[in-house]
Amino acid sequence: MTELSEHAEQASSPVAGSRSVDVEEAITQAHCQEWARVVATVTRRFGDLDAAEDAAAEAFAAAVERWPHDGVPPNPGAWLTTTATRKAVDRLRRESRRDEKHREASLLFDDAAPEPLGAIEDDRLRLIFTCCHPALSVEARVALTLRMVGGLTVPEIARAFLVQDATVGQRITRAKAKIKAARIPFRVPTTQDLPARLDAVLAVLFLIFNEGYLATGAGTEPIRHDLTAEAIRLTRLLHELLPDGRDGSGEVTGLLALMLLTDARRPARISATGELVTLSEQDRGAWDRDLIEEGHRLVRERIAAVAAGGPPPGRYQLLAAINAVHTYARDARDTDWSQIVALYDQLVRIDPLPVVALNRAVAVAEVDGPDVALALVDRLPLAGYHAFHATRAELLRRLGRSEQAREAYGRAIELAGNTAESAYLTRRRSQLSPPRTE
Amino acid sequence: MPTYLLSVYGPAERNEFSGYPTKEDLLRSLEDTKAFNDKLAAEGYFVFADGLEPATTATVVDGQGDQPVITDGPYLEAKEYLGGFWIIKAPDLDVALRLAAEASKACRGKVEVRSFHTEESFAALLGS
Repeated sequence: MTELSEHAEQASSPVAGSRSVDVEEAITQAHCQEWARVVATVTRRFGDLDAAEDAAAEAFAAAVERWPHDGVPPNPGAWLTTTATRKAVDRLRRESRRDEKHREASLLFDDAAPEPLGAIEDDRLRLIFTCCHPALSVEARVALTLRMVGGLTVPEIARAFLVQDATVGQRITRAKAKIKAARIPFRVPTTQDLPARLDAVLAVLFLIFNEGYLATGAGTEPIRHDLTAEAIRLTRLLHELLPDGRDGSGEVTGLLALMLLTDARRPARISATGELVTLSEQDRGAWDRDLIEEGHRLVRERIAAVAAGGPPPGRYQLLAAINAVHTYARDARDTDWSQIVALYDQLVRIDPLPVVALNRAVAVAEVDGPDVALALVDRLPLAGYHAFHATRAELLRRLGRSEQAREAYGRAIELAGNTAESAYLTRRRSQLSPPRTE
Repeated sequence: MPTYLLSVYGPAERNEFSGYPTKEDLLRSLEDTKAFNDKLAAEGYFVFADGLEPATTATVVDGQGDQPVITDGPYLEAKEYLGGFWIIKAPDLDVALRLAAEASKACRGKVEVRSFHTEESFAALLGS
């Protein structure tokens, strides 16, 4: 451990107080930047997620114990990976009644398939694909991704999704057991499977983001910034690992842009009284310009790639483009609604879902009027969805059909899971003229 | 290489065409399944495959007591029963799932994929 002894002197210098803060920061930063790499590298080497998770946790515990005394190593990532690998080897030795056979099996599993793409794959990319494997339940994929790639603890994940620690723990344990027993491989899918598998990964990341963006549950904060930030961090990582030009990578860029442009509006999205503020009423000066700039840059990048003969845009690129039309308008009245309708037309072709048609109808209302939009909305089989009733309520209100609007608001409030949204809908309903007495 | 069981389930009560809507459907499915089995064998995945007689013809035996107890019918009451299965050798679940998708298309049914114990997992079981 020569790299440690070099720093021992610094750590014991008289300014140890400020150093301990530095060390704490260094550990937090290393956790944020290196956790996934450590887990991925150890998994690759030993073919066992369980061992990798434990070894990574032990390596970080060792850093907490030793860095304040020995100093922060020059390459924290390498130190952590080496330490975790050593911990994993120790553990294997301790448990090695069947040592030879075990290691042999691990090695076989490790190199099971040749690299289909010729490039050296980052182990973290393998880790992401394994955690988001379609053979795992969606809940398991989310929990496993947040734990193994994101480095969140079980209690943190449990808090984020309002479930018991034990439930999350069990989901992760079962998922790891299935990966092992069913032999879910630790590798990046073949070119043939990549688009579908990437779709599954993006769905997990989007789900994490959405849970943060429109949190459900009566007792929760309406926006869970920790979750949206984590989703963006993981999507950035995927974006970095899967550079442009790889199959389906345009959708990763699209999802990242979509998250950035959505998150940019967060400061304006909840009023001082805890109510949801709709896009048209938001204080656009409060939007995060840096995030918007970055999101717009990514959207332009994709538009240029498609124009240059790349594959047509997928759902995330279209959703990002729709959001960019909104964030491009400095005033809600400047919104180019016909472009939004055109983008939704493309989206409906890819995703012929009633929810997409509902959002399209909202844009149609701005172009062709609320009566045309209402006719579209009324055809949709979404009676159990709060946004369906909220949209109907708004359209009915604009058409002067107050009685029906009131009813629709009522249904929307009953079904809304988000506290800020219920508050908004309740106020909108109270603005209608009082009901006629019978 | 890991071994996987691919099971196909079918209705408890089969019609005269073994659960298929018409005789043509039955014949076409048998033909596709045979072609799939040949391909499995040619590519080195095949271990065993066959279809089962209806579950109503099953018999349950409990030999744990002094005298075996014999009961008519399948072990569990269900609406659907195992109708047939493949045993294949595949390097990992991704390959097994891809083959299961082809199997499903050939036999016109959903296919459940489950891995057998490996030497390693069996050793872990005995060691724990």
